[in-house]
Amino acid sequence: MASFRLEKRPTPSQAWTWATPVLAVLLTMVAGGLMFAALGKNPFLAIKTIFYDPVLGEFAFYYRGQLLVKAGPLILIAIGLAMGFKAGIWNIGAEGQYIMGAIFGAGVGLAFYPTEAWYIFPLMVIAGAVGGLLWAMIPAILKVRFQTNEILVSLLLVYVAEQFLAAMSLGLLRNPEATGFPGSRNLQQFPAASNPELWAGTGIHFGVVAALIAVIFAYILLSRHLMGFHIQLAGQSPKAARFGGVNPTALVVFCMGLSGALAGLAGMFEVTGPAGQISINFNAGYGFTAIIVAFLGRLHPIGILLAGLLMALTYIGGEAAQATMQLPAAAIQAFQGMLLFFLLGVDVLSNYRIRLNREAAA
Amino acid sequence: MNFRTLLAGTALALGLAGAAAAQDPVKAGFIFVGPIGDGGWTFEHNEARLAVEEHFGDAVETVYQESVPEGPDAERAMTQMALGGADIIFTTSFGYMDPTINVAAKFPNVKFEHATGFKRADNVSTYSARFYEGRAVQGTIAGLMTKTNKIGYIGSYPIPEVIRGINSAYIHAKKVNPDVEFSVIWAYTWFDPAKEADAAKALIEQGADVILQHTDSTAPQAAAQEAGDVITFGQASDMAEYAPSPRVSSIIDNWAPYYIDRVQAVIDGTWESTDTWDGIGPGMVKIGEISSAVPEDVKAKATEVMESIASGAYHPFTGPLNKQDGSAWLAEGEVADDGTLAGMNFYVEGLTGDIPQ
Repeated sequence: MASFRLEKRPTPSQAWTWATPVLAVLLTMVAGGLMFAALGKNPFLAIKTIFYDPVLGEFAFYYRGQLLVKAGPLILIAIGLAMGFKAGIWNIGAEGQYIMGAIFGAGVGLAFYPTEAWYIFPLMVIAGAVGGLLWAMIPAILKVRFQTNEILVSLLLVYVAEQFLAAMSLGLLRNPEATGFPGSRNLQQFPAASNPELWAGTGIHFGVVAALIAVIFAYILLSRHLMGFHIQLAGQSPKAARFGGVNPTALVVFCMGLSGALAGLAGMFEVTGPAGQISINFNAGYGFTAIIVAFLGRLHPIGILLAGLLMALTYIGGEAAQATMQLPAAAIQAFQGMLLFFLLGVDVLSNYRIRLNREAAA
Repeated sequence: MNFRTLLAGTALALGLAGAAAAQDPVKAGFIFVGPIGDGGWTFEHNEARLAVEEHFGDAVETVYQESVPEGPDAERAMTQMALGGADIIFTTSFGYMDPTINVAAKFPNVKFEHATGFKRADNVSTYSARFYEGRAVQGTIAGLMTKTNKIGYIGSYPIPEVIRGINSAYIHAKKVNPDVEFSVIWAYTWFDPAKEADAAKALIEQGADVILQHTDSTAPQAAAQEAGDVITFGQASDMAEYAPSPRVSSIIDNWAPYYIDRVQAVIDGTWESTDTWDGIGPGMVKIGEISSAVPEDVKAKATEVMESIASGAYHPFTGPLNKQDGSAWLAEGEVADDGTLAGMNFYVEGLTGDIPQ
């Protein structure tokens, strides 16, 4: 009688580590295709609409730019989160830091309204990073001083940030000319504080550029810098890290601060660019989706870059499939869920070996 | 080549294709804020979409996208539809206002219809319904039916449309029951069954035995049913599955005649940017059947209010009315003008609590 047995690998397989995301995407296509077929839609057309059309289809000239618009904040946030995740520091509240970065950034810009000066936007960028950083410092300091759980504190602070966002949209930052309607002035119409496309139609704005820079810096940090070594060491063996001279307090503050600042920057670039204004439902879940992107990308900067683009593709393509094939929104969400499920599922292959048992009758 | 020329090129190509096949159906797109199965706001917009399909048959093709978040994602959804060849696009939530204006500027040949906003352009019309007329009927029933004299109100966002509804319901409840009190909970969502249910439960715990809602799901109805002895009203849709109680009546949004009119105008080439704001009279707002749980005399009173509004004999905002702070708003017999109503950001006298700001 033949049966299977899982045997733990001494170290995760390098080959499978990179092959499993591809396998997960393929499995998602198969399972998703079955779901689309069950909904009475042509599965091949649906998969093509999601994965092919945004990149090479008829309207790709528009979608390619949108891919970058969507991937930019995801990558920027995920890079920051990955540094912490590698070290075993779990910032789950990037969504809140993203909101605070947007509020700080937009707030500084709106304070200057209607002044036009070159220094306004750089100040807003700094304010955005500071906003996210300060919000992330709350769980960081509570952790190092009182040993609170940063997962819980950072997550719950997202809801606090959402309330603060509503209060700002209705109060301090409300557009005084909007006759009773919530939401700030539209920064797209305030050139000194806006973050437009750098080249029309490409979707590339400063946030996308910042995301690429973050990928490069993260790569250098992890492979060349002592802090990067400390991060990896702390994640792999906290005890060894302590003996190796890693200061755990400094590491928590650094990782939380970095991820908070990058999330804040993402929010700032979003509010000054694609979103245009502070509004009650400004945040669209980038902070949470970035957690998926970080893991999908194996916490590796290049992996995150690719994962961010892939995630953006499922969003853009998924929307296109909804609009052109009338697929329900829930089916697209289920499809994205499958992607994460399969990714985690096939992870078993990089950590375990499948052995075939050939045993005589018991 | 920049974005505009690319788009212009595409539009040209589509235009040529259109000329080649003159009998191409007109394509009408719909952007929905909730799922089409929300049982309320989006459900009714989708019913109207289906009515358009039925009315025009093969002459019109419709497409829709549901659960589109208000913000940058909405802009993409609209662009996607315009690129896909839509001739007219209905964007059915307030938060789509700036995205609609932005996308409309890029597609001058596509007509846009934005629900409940106030920004228009040559190819952007706005339309809304005078829901506050329906709220007057609800307020009348609520004021006469409450035993605890406490009425709970689930607000979505503090925008003029919602504030008008609260004021109108309060004025008419107060008229028939001077002891009535309102408490308002702001849910900051149009559709979130869990949040809506929580709000309803909190209001019921505070003693409210009538729940009015300006959110789109049936969750408050379910919460009221569970609590017992609480009545509700269908919002945006009839929600008849909760009749005769807790749902005792409803405001039904009837968009179909308007949508059919506007699509016809596109077909005829007579479409123009307009601002439409219709109520019970023209049939854009309908009052769902007042159920058997309501005594005959209350029903008669509510029907009387409804008919006087429909005929134009009575305006729900007729003076004397003061603002919450006691300052005078409307003198005896004076009627509120549309401009004030459109931007309403204050409570009338007697309402407690503050509008979030």
